[in-house]
Amino acid sequence: KYECFLLKNSDGFVPTEQDPEKLLSTTDIHDDLKEMLDSNKDSLKLEAMKRIVAMIARGKNASDLFPAVVKNVACKNIEVKKLVYVYLVRYAEEQQDLALLSISTFQRGLKDPNQLIRASALRVLSSIRVTIIVPIMMLAIKEAASDMSPYVRKTAAHAIPKLYSLDPEQKDCLIEVIEKLLADKTTLVAGSVVMAFEEVCPERIDLIHKNYRKLCNLLIDVEEWGQVVIINMLTRYARTQFLNPNMNVSTAGPHILYKEEKEKKKTEATAIVRRKPYVMDPDHRLLLRNTKPLLQSRNAAVVMAVAQLYFHLAPKAEVGVIAKALVRLMRSHSEVQYVVLQNVATMSIKRRGMFEPYLKSFYIRSTDPTQIKVLKLEVLTNLANETNISTILREFQTYIKSNDKDFVAATIQAIGRCATNIGEVRDTCLNGLVQLLSNRDELVVAESVVVIKKLLQMQPEQHSDIIKHMAKLTDNIQVPMARASILWLIGEYCEHVPKIAPDVLRKMAKTFTNEEDIVKLQIINLAAKLYLTNSKQTKLLTQYVLNLAKYDQNYDIRDRARFIRQLIVPTDKSGALSKYAKKLFLALKPAPVLESPFKDRDHFQLGSLSHLLNAKAGGYQVLPDWPEAAPDPSVRNVEVPEWTKCSSREKRKEKKADKPFYSDSEGESGPTESADSASDTASGSESGSGSEESGSGSESEESNEESESASEEDEEEEGKKKKKNVEKIKARKPVPESVQMFATICKPAWLNMQFLLNPLPVSVPQTIVPSGNLKTYELLHRITGEGLSVEYCFSRQPFSPDPHMVAVKIQFTNSATSEAKSLHVEDAKLQSGMRIKEFPEIEVLPAGETVSVVMGIDFCDSTQAANFQLCTHTRKFFVSIQPPVGELMMPIFMTENEFKKEQGQLMGMNEITEKLTLEEKCQGEHAIVQRVTTAANLSRVPCGSDKEFAGKTVTSGSLVLVSVVTKENGAAQLTVNCEKMVIGTMLVKDILQALTQ
Amino acid sequence: MIHSLFLVNSSGDIFLEKHWKSVVSRSVCDYFFEAQERASEPENVPPVIPTPHHYLISVLRHRIYFVAVIQSEVPPLFVIEFLHRVVDTFQDYFGVCTEAAIKDNVVVVYELLEEMLDNGFPLATESNILKELIKPPTILRTVVNTITGSTNVGEQLPTGQLSVVPWRRTGVKYTNNEAYFDVVEEIDAIIDKSGSTITAEIQGVIDACVKLTGMPDLTLSFMNPRLLDDVSFHPCVRFKRWEAERILSFIPPDGNFRLLSYHVSSQNLHPLRSASLVAIPVYVKHNITFREGSSQGRFELTLGPKQTMGKGVEAVLVSSQLPRGVLNTNLNPTQGTYTFDPVTKLLSWDVGKINPQKLPSLKGSMSLQAGASKPDENPTINIQFKIQQSALSGLKVNRLDMYGEKYKPFKGIKYMTKAGKFQVRT
Repeated sequence: KYECFLLKNSDGFVPTEQDPEKLLSTTDIHDDLKEMLDSNKDSLKLEAMKRIVAMIARGKNASDLFPAVVKNVACKNIEVKKLVYVYLVRYAEEQQDLALLSISTFQRGLKDPNQLIRASALRVLSSIRVTIIVPIMMLAIKEAASDMSPYVRKTAAHAIPKLYSLDPEQKDCLIEVIEKLLADKTTLVAGSVVMAFEEVCPERIDLIHKNYRKLCNLLIDVEEWGQVVIINMLTRYARTQFLNPNMNVSTAGPHILYKEEKEKKKTEATAIVRRKPYVMDPDHRLLLRNTKPLLQSRNAAVVMAVAQLYFHLAPKAEVGVIAKALVRLMRSHSEVQYVVLQNVATMSIKRRGMFEPYLKSFYIRSTDPTQIKVLKLEVLTNLANETNISTILREFQTYIKSNDKDFVAATIQAIGRCATNIGEVRDTCLNGLVQLLSNRDELVVAESVVVIKKLLQMQPEQHSDIIKHMAKLTDNIQVPMARASILWLIGEYCEHVPKIAPDVLRKMAKTFTNEEDIVKLQIINLAAKLYLTNSKQTKLLTQYVLNLAKYDQNYDIRDRARFIRQLIVPTDKSGALSKYAKKLFLALKPAPVLESPFKDRDHFQLGSLSHLLNAKAGGYQVLPDWPEAAPDPSVRNVEVPEWTKCSSREKRKEKKADKPFYSDSEGESGPTESADSASDTASGSESGSGSEESGSGSESEESNEESESASEEDEEEEGKKKKKNVEKIKARKPVPESVQMFATICKPAWLNMQFLLNPLPVSVPQTIVPSGNLKTYELLHRITGEGLSVEYCFSRQPFSPDPHMVAVKIQFTNSATSEAKSLHVEDAKLQSGMRIKEFPEIEVLPAGETVSVVMGIDFCDSTQAANFQLCTHTRKFFVSIQPPVGELMMPIFMTENEFKKEQGQLMGMNEITEKLTLEEKCQGEHAIVQRVTTAANLSRVPCGSDKEFAGKTVTSGSLVLVSVVTKENGAAQLTVNCEKMVIGTMLVKDILQALTQ
Repeated sequence: MIHSLFLVNSSGDIFLEKHWKSVVSRSVCDYFFEAQERASEPENVPPVIPTPHHYLISVLRHRIYFVAVIQSEVPPLFVIEFLHRVVDTFQDYFGVCTEAAIKDNVVVVYELLEEMLDNGFPLATESNILKELIKPPTILRTVVNTITGSTNVGEQLPTGQLSVVPWRRTGVKYTNNEAYFDVVEEIDAIIDKSGSTITAEIQGVIDACVKLTGMPDLTLSFMNPRLLDDVSFHPCVRFKRWEAERILSFIPPDGNFRLLSYHVSSQNLHPLRSASLVAIPVYVKHNITFREGSSQGRFELTLGPKQTMGKGVEAVLVSSQLPRGVLNTNLNPTQGTYTFDPVTKLLSWDVGKINPQKLPSLKGSMSLQAGASKPDENPTINIQFKIQQSALSGLKVNRLDMYGEKYKPFKGIKYMTKAGKFQVRT
């Protein structure tokens, strides 16, 4: 036993075939492990499991240990347990009956109060590929899909494809679960459920409609892998739902295909029929806008996904933005480069202009691997045009001198392609290639021959000397393809070289039997052509060659010889065809078009495996063509809950009073467009405020809803309904913040009504704390100020000259014996972005007097101090004002429903929750409200069941939502939602302190 | 998505396999070995290989091929990026990512792979989350584990996955709070025969090592953010803030991470001028000639500093792949040492520091195969160097501020310029 133990010990890491294990029978070894697994000591179990896992890792079979291992599934030691899971998932398929023993453990785990344990139980349970437990899995997934914890729901989403692959029969049930999870609002779930959607039911595009806008808005906060999956799916979705943004734009480049042209005409025709200018669907715009920042992702897959989305969906003028990001990826690992270059090659055919500025980034270094070099060449060739061709050719000249011969061959082909595409340089290229014919390397020469052949076909008359030169090469060059090319050339243009051609045939006839098959075929070809043009000199030679070919081993060659003999050699039986022999052989052949192998590859979705391989991979979802007419965009409308409708209707009233002519002008100018611009400004102002990424949620979603309705209206008949429609549009228009403020300040009648209905004695005015209660801070002490003492407090009044500033009330007291003169602010040293609105200079402050002034400071929503100098006529004092976080905001009015809605949109990173125990004196509702509003300048949400407070930051207007939920025994939960995480965190601290002390 | 993973060493042995769905036989790797044989160099193995039933997507790092088996359509970059993330994680955990290190830590490797993918779809790839789940092995911990029987698996349940900032561990504590930032720029350039610049661009990164207690919120601002118009960020950076104010605002992950990488091409330095305006820190004078009919070739190389912003050029290393016809070299360096490998024909010259008063040079003759004709290719010269305390693009950090925590952290910023792919054609 001991010896065996030792052997086993060393075995773990010896990869050689002569494993000590093999010297003993496996059962012996495993007996030992079994014993360890059965022991009571966790350390022994762990040791055994580690060795078993090492065996699995090396691909050794450890399945006979199954019973011994499964017993430990409920082991207390976490590492043992994890390793048992690894083992179980690996072998459960082979030992189905025994695997069932473990199921009950996981079922228990599914009910655990800890979300992580629930998740992990589901994860392992769903990974066990045993068909009998399908119903159990289904049940577990269904339950987990409505779990409280988003993490468990995420795990449920992961489990869906597992179950689907185990039992495709469950598809319908699983789709239900997917539908449910797609509606989930958390970023954690989004990526995983879309993954499940793609694996189970990618064709059910209808499930996406209602979630489309939410997915677009969540996208930036989803983890990177989920982003890739979502973006790819949305690309397909957009292709089915929106119109081609480029349909009115001519796509004509220099290489436009006939087919494309036809297509273009067709789309143009349909465009004319509809007689409507193309207006981008706001949802289409939303997708483009929300994916763009992801071009900055560190993850190459995400960048590629966005790039392909733009390539397939964006208007031509906007696609350019992806070039820079793709070029940046080329600095990454060579595998990444390889994939990116493949995609760039395809893109650069369709949209050459996009990559032209980055031409030099595709220059080749001698240290690049060959496969990268070849791809870069491809891109360079695609980018070549009249203006840059000389630079590119100069670059190619350096490449030809490389010692990587495969690369040189590729370069020669690239030169050939440039020459066919750009007429101006054809002669230069040809001369260059002819020079290469004297190169020492045969491969180079051969490749040149092949390319020259293709070029000569374009204008053979002018180049008979080149043909002569090449004819001479047949003596030296051995590469079959090159020999064949030369022979074909001579045969085709034998009239240009009447003297040399028969001689070449003579030489070839001599070596016929030793040639490769392609060369033999070309010799026969040459013979036939010469026979037709110059039968006097070549009749015998031709017959000799045909005789040789008749007895060749290759049946293709025998067939060809028979065929040609019948065709060209006149016999009595020869039919009508031989009359046309000359026309058949010496017909004018069109010059070959040298095409990129990447041409038209973009019918595969870029970035996909299928595109890379240029063949459809299993599970590839075809990228649909744009629809001729857009499907109904209203399917993406999400039902607006009753309360928002109500409140916005009220707001509309106000707006109407404000701007009576708004509606008319909008009705004319096309609702969609204006809606789009509205949502643009919404996001613009948001990014201006430098808020959190996830911030995009609230405003833009709202604006899309309304723009949606606008375009919906667009579809409807104009005329009779028009007036009504316009009104509707306005109803859903997002109310600009200023208007919202207006609503708060003016408090229209209906608002008061609501207060009356509300039994609680809480209302907005209460939050404006009387100035007597305001905490004052010292700015300048009496002693340092030489008798002048200065205090300040945050007055919590709006600062009228600039609404983005915090009003600071400053009180000067002159306790010196003489009067102070010309008090003013000077030389403010501020953080970037901060601003100060100074108070008017106080000319005289007599001794013993006190005076108050108000100044405004824009703290830029940060608690950094504003430093400045306070000057009197004699002295200057350095002072600084640092605001508590609670003073950086101002109250806004909000209904409870609005509060709930906004709170729902500020989840995730923007939500901070703390549990606390309220201090005894502060358990009453009034006390809590009092303390919170003292700590922060917020207003209580009226008629709320909980204690909810709302405000917005002064500078950027980001929402700040606070709620305190009290439970028994003074326990409470504090939740702060704010786009600005820093503010949120600090505010939590301050309020916590206020409530607990 | 990802079905299985095979790790293959340079001699073609599969030394680790892991399956996330049902088991795929390792014989699928035969297609990979075939492709490997066909490729002349290890890096020429195509990253994507189709086989009758599967697709193999591989990356080569540290002379190990990481071969992922795929069964259906998936973006290839998705897999490649993930495999690189796996390698980075191993490197992070074991210091090096070698066959020996992986074999020594096979259990940890397995546990990591188990956490990183679920059913082939990435689950936890953030280093901070993984470290909460599975503690990296250290010598001390290994010893302690052997004695006490405790484990590498975290006892606590990982909360990071649930956190609002998934890249940061919770409850981080340090006695010395420090944050270091390294601005490292690499210059990629191609210089032609006559010494003029064909392309030159700068690839920069800011790597950070942040060891701060609690949940610090950092902002980093630059003197000249205009330079950074082509950047990619760690997910922790608030993109909107950058767009609006050109300030990097972020809650950092704990430990080492890459905050941002950027690309400065000649276009964004000087929008309307040519490439030659990216400062090229060194110049090379070369004269490499082969004469027809003679079995000798001349080799002369002199290096000198060009635009170095007053800083010294250090750690200079010159290498060049000489033509196949060269049998041996007989060269004299004025400083440093040179080697020539007659088999691979690789010449490398370790120069060290460049002294502007006495420029380093390497002169002498090359002996060629007798009777053979003169090689028609010219060797390319690759140069590596370092310049400390300066970033070539001129990027400068203005200030670093911390919010959300009370203590005063120690802050440090270092600049360095290196040669990236710096080639001189002759």
